[in-house]
Amino acid sequence: MSDDAALYTQLATIRRFEETVLDAFPKGAFYGTTHTYIGQEANAAGVLAHLHDGDLVFSNHRCHGHFLAYGGDARALFAELMGKATGVCGGIGGSQHLHWKNFYSNGVLGSTAPIAVGAALAEKRKGSQAVTVLFLGDGAMGEGVVYESLNIASLWGAPVLFVVENNHIAQTTPTELAMAGSLAGRFAAFNIPAVELDSSDAREIYAAAGQEFAQLRSTPGPRALILHTARFGPHSKGDDTRDPAFIEELRATRDPLTIHGARLEESERTAIEAEVDSAIAAAYAQAEADPLPEHAAYVKAGY
Amino acid sequence: MTSVLESLNQGLHAAFAQDARVYLIGEDLLDPYGGAFKVSRNLSTQYPDRVWTSPVSEAAIAGVGAGMALRGLRPVVELMFGDFSTLVADQLINSITKFPAMYNGAAQVPVVIRTPMGGRRGYGPTHSQTLEKLYLGVPGLRVLAPNTLSDPGDLLRRAILEQNDPVLFVENKVLYPKQVLDNAALADFEIQASTQDFAPTHTLRLKGAPRPALTLTAYGYMAELAREALTRLAFEHEIFCELVVPTQLAPLPAGGGLQPALQASLQHSGRLLTIEEGTYSLGWGAEQLARAAQHFGGRLQAARRVAAAEAPIPAARNLEDAALPTLEDIISAAREMV
Repeated sequence: MSDDAALYTQLATIRRFEETVLDAFPKGAFYGTTHTYIGQEANAAGVLAHLHDGDLVFSNHRCHGHFLAYGGDARALFAELMGKATGVCGGIGGSQHLHWKNFYSNGVLGSTAPIAVGAALAEKRKGSQAVTVLFLGDGAMGEGVVYESLNIASLWGAPVLFVVENNHIAQTTPTELAMAGSLAGRFAAFNIPAVELDSSDAREIYAAAGQEFAQLRSTPGPRALILHTARFGPHSKGDDTRDPAFIEELRATRDPLTIHGARLEESERTAIEAEVDSAIAAAYAQAEADPLPEHAAYVKAGY
Repeated sequence: MTSVLESLNQGLHAAFAQDARVYLIGEDLLDPYGGAFKVSRNLSTQYPDRVWTSPVSEAAIAGVGAGMALRGLRPVVELMFGDFSTLVADQLINSITKFPAMYNGAAQVPVVIRTPMGGRRGYGPTHSQTLEKLYLGVPGLRVLAPNTLSDPGDLLRRAILEQNDPVLFVENKVLYPKQVLDNAALADFEIQASTQDFAPTHTLRLKGAPRPALTLTAYGYMAELAREALTRLAFEHEIFCELVVPTQLAPLPAGGGLQPALQASLQHSGRLLTIEEGTYSLGWGAEQLARAAQHFGGRLQAARRVAAAEAPIPAARNLEDAALPTLEDIISAAREMV
């Protein structure tokens, strides 16, 4: 498979997964809540394509795309959302709290920042070559601990790539109502080199991220990649307060699948889509058939 | 003789010597200062690459410690004052103690957060509190509080090296200059040592005393006052007590049971007085009393708490004395119970 086809497969997988989640939620397939990644797929696909074995990823509440691009299994993720024993975390974590291999996500915005920095410093001290990717959104940039963490990362030379996905809206609050100054200025204040990109093109993001990873692996200290992006879906399920016409415009102009899909022959593109559709449908069906976790054992273990 | 401070310092040195995965992160750690209370003295000289003096960023250093622990190191995070633990609460509650369970047992966070708590130093409302009650009952958190009855440094060393749970290690700051008691210093007492999980509990009674009519329980510095009260109650009021001093405050036995040493003491005394430096309501003592009531029902004849006033700890010496539980408070509460 060509790089372009591989990238498209990644984008389509995330998209199809998230669409399935949003479709199935009202039917009662899932319990709780979720935060979908529709519109932002190019970020996870473009950035995480550069991971080496052993690299670490810290993600947030909107973690499905990151998890799938990391190589996570769609069936295990569906199962986690369904609260099944076969879920990524046995149904304990749910949509926002995933851990598999070196992938960790948590649902409190910004609280992962010092943990990612600490993990990166540990890898450095252990002499591993691993680097750490931390995904933050524009909303998380309101949290004070993020700035404590940028300061420490810079002071102590933590090999972290801070990836800020600015989708211009935190739940329902537009970024301009929540953020003074600029994203780039925030990193500049701590002497953390930052590259800024306003794109939904997976290839562009892949190229920019590639340079960041190369720098990160060859020079000490953290770096930042600021990705201005677009979220097509609601914050969670039905809480989008934006004008539907505006979202239509975003979908028309900033869809990573349309942009990158145009690079493929139509036959190849539709073949990938058909393959992804059937893989996601199979993953969903398997998860649906999976058993529930043993609740008696959970309480007894006390944790 | 060794002071509690020296013992803790030795415990840290022993942990560093024993295991290269041990790191220390905190504010003002570098020698010659060695931390605000000097518990970390000489570590930065001996282990310069493993002692990281940090910015004033409590939440971040707790999180950095968590990340290091998650990736196989054994970090210790020093919080200069326990009052600042509130800045760390999110890390402690939503990450450090969550990861092991919410990741379904696939992650461990063996970080030790150690911090001085307590008043009687005139530091005023935000540098004198006993706040560990806020963290008792956080699932997955082990809370330890050393005392003078056994080696505080050894407890700290073992917490760092042997515990896979996150630990909040609470050091009452008035204890620092006190001597760790040896057999000679405790010659008047009959002492039974037991272990809860891996932490010691001590049960004390005066040698040759009749069957106790009252059980006192206290931890940390309050165990010092309680021990003195036990002696005075016997000699001045002929009230014979047994004193149970745990070092592990949490977790408590699963299923609502009492710590075995406390249960054994109550079995023959039938009366329980809890003594703590935290505020009165909804605290450590309340939990001990609830468990005692649950276990003994009507056989629990008397139950009381001695604790701090529900007010900020004032800076003025006479006001601070009034706000914090004293020896006299313990004696008068005990006299009303028997």
